[in-house]
Amino acid sequence: MSIQIKNVSKRFGTFDALDNVSLDVPDGTLLALLGPSGSGKTTLLRIIAGLEVADSGTVMREGEDITQQSARDRKIGFVFQHYALFRHMTVEDNIGYGLRVRKRPKELIRERVGELLKLIRLDALAKRYPAQLSGGQRQRVALARALAAEPKVLLLDEPFGALDAKVRQELRVWLRKLHQEIHVTSVFVTHDQEEAFEVADQVVVMNQGRIEQFGTPAEVFERPANPFVMDFLGNVNVFHGRVEQGKAVVAGAALGSPDDAHEESEAAAVYVRPHEVVIQHEQSGNASLPAEVLHVNPAGSRVKIELRATDSDQLINAELTTERFAELALKSGDMVFVSASRVRVFATNYVI
Amino acid sequence: MSAEAVFVEPPEPQPAPPPPVRKRFANPRHDPAWVRWGLTSFAVIVVGILVVVPVVNIFYEALKEGVRVYWDNLVADPDTRHSILLTATVVPIALVANIVFGVAAAWAIARFNFPGRTLLTALIDLPFAVSPVVAGLMFVLIFGLQGYLGPFLRDDGFAVMPYLTSAGGVFVLVVLYFLYRPANSAARRGLWRRPAWLVLPTAGAVLFVLGVVVQQRLGVWPRNESLKIIFATPGLVLATAFVTFPFVARELIPIMEAVGSDEELAALNLGANGWQMFWHITTPNIKWGLVYGIILCNARAIGEFGAVYVVSGHIAGQTDTMPLRIEKLFQEYNLPGCFAVASVLTLLALLTLVAKTRLERKIPSVTHAPTGEKAGA
Repeated sequence: MSIQIKNVSKRFGTFDALDNVSLDVPDGTLLALLGPSGSGKTTLLRIIAGLEVADSGTVMREGEDITQQSARDRKIGFVFQHYALFRHMTVEDNIGYGLRVRKRPKELIRERVGELLKLIRLDALAKRYPAQLSGGQRQRVALARALAAEPKVLLLDEPFGALDAKVRQELRVWLRKLHQEIHVTSVFVTHDQEEAFEVADQVVVMNQGRIEQFGTPAEVFERPANPFVMDFLGNVNVFHGRVEQGKAVVAGAALGSPDDAHEESEAAAVYVRPHEVVIQHEQSGNASLPAEVLHVNPAGSRVKIELRATDSDQLINAELTTERFAELALKSGDMVFVSASRVRVFATNYVI
Repeated sequence: MSAEAVFVEPPEPQPAPPPPVRKRFANPRHDPAWVRWGLTSFAVIVVGILVVVPVVNIFYEALKEGVRVYWDNLVADPDTRHSILLTATVVPIALVANIVFGVAAAWAIARFNFPGRTLLTALIDLPFAVSPVVAGLMFVLIFGLQGYLGPFLRDDGFAVMPYLTSAGGVFVLVVLYFLYRPANSAARRGLWRRPAWLVLPTAGAVLFVLGVVVQQRLGVWPRNESLKIIFATPGLVLATAFVTFPFVARELIPIMEAVGSDEELAALNLGANGWQMFWHITTPNIKWGLVYGIILCNARAIGEFGAVYVVSGHIAGQTDTMPLRIEKLFQEYNLPGCFAVASVLTLLALLTLVAKTRLERKIPSVTHAPTGEKAGA
């Protein structure tokens, strides 16, 4: 089922948690709400679930206004950040609770709980209490509990936040697969852009109670709408420069052509991702910036290099493929010339 | 389903190995032996003189002349017998009042943010801060013969009862209305179809007036008679309830705050109504804390002396509770009787202590509870 949010605002005291947010979640998508803490993503999720009441605005499910409905009538599954498992109930009682309070026959409950226990591969631990489970197991129980009543929409609040890296990776893949099978419209909150890009069909980037950008992971990553999104989605080098003849010019060097046309000579922030930094031994015309290699970190699939621009003392992070690194044979102290294979330019009125 | 295949079950968490047995004097920060022994024996001697000796002495004095005399001292005297019965009447009433109030107040303070929340939290502690004698005097000033309500209560005190009972009845019905109202507006039938702001005031007013008129017409309550509060059982209940007011709420507030509201919200999200949420989720989480609070409240209520002393008027066989009876027996130089009653109170205190120690381990600790993430993250 699709979810539409229209002009929702929410204040906590003097703090604007949500500022006139509108969002359309199409049927069957797996959507990520991505943003730093305090950006309002959890509040938005709780408002969709009916656990929090918006000050203004409407929430619609499949065209039906559900703003006034209580949490129990919305049939929206919610997985809490810290799971909120009922600590005095066993795993199977936890999973069956949603069916129990809806007065489903005992037989049916047992059957459904068994099914879900198999799905989350915890059938052996049905009689355990939440305190006797590991973090990943608790997370799966919380998910099964939310799925037991066959919700039309599934919401997950930081679903992998409290887990260690390996379990998190497994659960990500599992959630992706689960979504492909049961096709329930799902929204999850995360502050980890890698997680959002890997799992979701659609990504919503939020900041300070507003939606900064909405799109597929590729769209958002390749064409960030503003400096905040650019900066939030991974490492980036920021240069202060301007635009001359369609080129981004930093300290007299034309680093490259930005994707979009910009006004001439506009004071601009020039953004270059580390993997788009090009390092050469020779200067090519006026298109490169002299820099000194400070540090080389060859561990990992890409070689990370830290440089300092000789004119401005600005630090530049670069990432090279191992092949390119072998070609250049860089070591710290080398003098090189830096340009960019791709630059993005935003007019300077940002604050970072 | 292929989603099953993804998991590699992580190994079962192994129980932590037992901590290594610490050797004596292994800790270099141990104080010298004379300091340790000195402090320990000082503490033991003080506790012995101040606590153990007096307690043992009470039982010794009470049982000095044999079990038979002890029993006679307790039950043969009609005034003593009555004092035990009176305490057994007053304490449960005060206890029930404080349980209802304590759970409601703890719920309000731990779950909602409303104007006056800090003030309410502070006011709950007021009976701890006020001297019990002052508390008793306060009730005398309000309900006593020379007090504000005194003349009215003396002339036709029971006239107020139809209003009180009707108001109480309407309140219970309002609570029931909300408890049994289907949350889904589509599922509401009958009375619940009409908007609450219309139904509640109208029905409430009609029932209230009806209740008052019926009671007045039928003459349920005596007319032109004095309703005694001070120097009577109602005054004892009021004073006891006031003094033990904070125990249950004080015990529950930190527990409810530590447990957090996530489990309750999860229950609502899964389709529970308010009633189911309270019985299935809240009560199991707070039950040991509640029992603990009740035990402390009970112990204090049984032993209450100061406030009860002021409002009771010391009418033997009528308004003497057990602590007051002990004082009176002592004044009459009836030491065996005095110690017999005292030993009953002491025994109750010891039982309370044992129960309290047992329960402390079962109460959910603040450190293990998941932190409820504040909204807005």
